[in-house]
Amino acid sequence: MPALEPGAKVRVRLDWPEARGPAHIRTPHYVRGREGTVVRALGEFRNPEDLAFARPAPVLPLYHVLFSAKDLWPDTRPEHDVLVELYGSWLEAL
Amino acid sequence: MPSDSIPRPRAHHDLGGVERFLCERIDLSPHTLSDFDREVDALRQVLGQKGIMSVDELRRGIEAIPEEDYLRLGYYQRWLRSIVSILLGKGIISEAELLAALEAA
Repeated sequence: MPALEPGAKVRVRLDWPEARGPAHIRTPHYVRGREGTVVRALGEFRNPEDLAFARPAPVLPLYHVLFSAKDLWPDTRPEHDVLVELYGSWLEAL
Repeated sequence: MPSDSIPRPRAHHDLGGVERFLCERIDLSPHTLSDFDREVDALRQVLGQKGIMSVDELRRGIEAIPEEDYLRLGYYQRWLRSIVSILLGKGIISEAELLAALEAA
């Protein structure tokens, strides 16, 4: 996937690798399947999902992605936002 | 909670936004580290410097602790449980060595 620019709309993959077997996932459950906006690129880092099992780990881009809290939890206060660090492998450009 | 009805099979350690913790105030007061805490931290650093295990592996091992134990154990107790599990898994130490060390202690 090409690099995501600030302002890009993205959807987090709705996937549950931890339900299929041993896994280490840095994508919180509450953002999966949700739509957000890229705020900035944070650099490239080796994939912790592989590092956690001492496997060869490809480098992935990491982003700050902003979500509206009401998109994650409808009952919450609408003015709140939630900023999450997410790897590019979890993001689909919209 | 999200209004959709999509199954969300969250792992027990993935605690962000979980309702049972929403009303608990976070303890921000300074706290002191025990000798146990410092020893576990030092052990993890040595294992990292020697290339035996990474922080990512530590986290994977913590997340693999069964929920009942995960919620009961303290922060560095979880670290030690993970370290032991990872070292056993890699064959760095054996069950027999571990039991002998525990009996000698």
